Amino acid sequence: MTDIFELLKGKPEDVDYEKKGVIVQGITGSYGSIHAKQMISYGTNVVAGVTPGKGGQKFEETIPIYNSMQEAVDATNAKISIIFVPAKFFLSAAKEALNSGIKLLVAIPEHVPIRDTMEALDLAKQKEAIIIGPNTPGIMIPELIKIGIMPPMPFKAGKIAVLSKSGTLLYEISDALTNAGFGQSITIGIGGDPVNGTRLIDAFEMVKDISDLEGLVIVGEIGGDSEEMLAKKIIELGFNKPTVAYIAGRAAPKEKRMGHAGAIVMGTYGSAESKISMFNKANIPVAKRPAEVPVLLAGKMEK
Amino acid sequence: MQLLEFQAKEIFREYKINLLNSISSTNIEDGRKHAKELGYPFVIKIQVPVGGRGKAGGIQKCQNDDEFDIKYPQVMDLVIKGEKARAILLEKMADIKKELYLSIFLNRSKRCYTIIASSEGGVEIESVKNQIIKEIGLGDVSDEVANEVAKEMGLDGITAEGVADTLKKLSKLTIEKEAELVEINPLAIMQDGTVMALDGKFVTDDNANFRHDELQKYQEKTEIEEQAEKSGFSLVELDGDIAVVGNGAGLVMSTLDMLSDNGGKPACFLDVGGGATTESVYEALTLISKLDRVKGILVNLYGGIVKTTVVAEAFLKAYENNLIDIPVFSRLKGTESEKAKEMLQGSRTNIFDSVEEAINAAVMGIKK
Repeated sequence: MTDIFELLKGKPEDVDYEKKGVIVQGITGSYGSIHAKQMISYGTNVVAGVTPGKGGQKFEETIPIYNSMQEAVDATNAKISIIFVPAKFFLSAAKEALNSGIKLLVAIPEHVPIRDTMEALDLAKQKEAIIIGPNTPGIMIPELIKIGIMPPMPFKAGKIAVLSKSGTLLYEISDALTNAGFGQSITIGIGGDPVNGTRLIDAFEMVKDISDLEGLVIVGEIGGDSEEMLAKKIIELGFNKPTVAYIAGRAAPKEKRMGHAGAIVMGTYGSAESKISMFNKANIPVAKRPAEVPVLLAGKMEK
Repeated sequence: MQLLEFQAKEIFREYKINLLNSISSTNIEDGRKHAKELGYPFVIKIQVPVGGRGKAGGIQKCQNDDEFDIKYPQVMDLVIKGEKARAILLEKMADIKKELYLSIFLNRSKRCYTIIASSEGGVEIESVKNQIIKEIGLGDVSDEVANEVAKEMGLDGITAEGVADTLKKLSKLTIEKEAELVEINPLAIMQDGTVMALDGKFVTDDNANFRHDELQKYQEKTEIEEQAEKSGFSLVELDGDIAVVGNGAGLVMSTLDMLSDNGGKPACFLDVGGGATTESVYEALTLISKLDRVKGILVNLYGGIVKTTVVAEAFLKAYENNLIDIPVFSRLKGTESEKAKEMLQGSRTNIFDSVEEAINAAVMGIKK
């Protein structure tokens, strides 16, 4: 298992420890440029951008733009990239990144066809790389590095790991946690697609052994069975750090896609009831409202 | 999208899966003509994008003209799980020996296609016994796997051949059309041992639509849903009276849940997208103003990168243009929310600090 913190921060002996370079694919697009600026102002070390045809130019007068990922990686030796291209072009952008040696790929685009995601995942597996997303807000270590589109306000450094399928619920719940005094050690956006590069269970593997982890918050939603898989894993491992879950979509009608491509209940596959009952079996309380998450977490910590 | 039975069967036919003769219609005059062509007896089947049609009386045997005149309109007028008939399918009656179950679905957590087969079909998947489950990767089903499944189902001879053949065709179309789920339930064994697809279910990956022009004719959206899509929103119409608007699918679902917990009935799910702008919120209010059943609007916005004042501007513009004449209950959180509250002071928008308060006020306000 790749150490996500080592990927994001590096090793203490590295010259660029806690300053690992990030390449932004699609840096000159409207969305890519806004978020590149936001990431830079958060302290993320954006070392290069890639936009075919704009090689040689500079972003914000300082960051070099390259025509291809290979050139950008050769020049910077970065291992992390974030993709902002339209969904149709995601697969080719992802292949380019993975073939150039990128080890952590954050895939922002929504509406990527499942087949394309699966193909990218296949390549990532061969290259021993991690894909976060698609359709994810990204990944962050609060107050250190942000690779994604999340606003900075809700997050504060701390010792709770938050894993979330939804973007806005990640902000909402992190905000509630921060206000209750629970900062976050890491937050990982899983994404709202049917197939996720990093599933809840994979994200859990990334955070479960953090030495000073004080709690885990799982923000799920209807669709698929990744919450159930995670709950089973938690039972199996006897993971006993205080853990709280939230599931969105209890009131959603069956067989309707609720905004996210992955948020759909087919028969009982993907229903909120199934997820909640599995969390209950794992002795993980499920909040009824986002605001209840910190309350339940505090309750778990007292025990 | 989920195709209707007759649409799924159109695709099955293209892939040469065995089907009974059938014709679809949307009015009784056309239906009568088709009845003549098809010849009695046949089955009248309602076409709705949900399961449980049989139990709800949506599938009726028909022996003659008199029965046809009574049953066709009866079936046409049914509403099943809130869904009205999109069409009526007339299909020849089959003399069957046994009903099987066959499907291929995208196994999301295993990230591969998976076959489910059973020798005891004809009931909803949750009740299908003796399920044979096989993960098959991303490629076509091989002869070997297809034959193995048929054997495990306890079949032999031409029936086993038929099932294996159907399975291979099903996998080919799943891959070529980029389906999330393709199901034949029941797959019938006929008296002569051949197999026949009596029903068909087909769910596509909407995100791959741009590669599948041939499926676009099946796209079924209400006018409002279509407009929402053009604006880049996700909108699902529901049958209550409080419109729910927010940014981000998770947040809107969560608002829907809390509203329902408090006795409110959502009229729609409207996600304006992770970011919100004056234009997008104005556009959302425009769409909602077209839904007659809406008596109030519940807005839950978490302004991240977006300033809430930008959202407040959309409301003010909507009131100025007399777009909205129903109460709005709103929770705006994020950048510049204090200023946004000031801007909306004295307007039709009731602003609340928490979504819980906004929901309570909306539920109480609508009851009056």
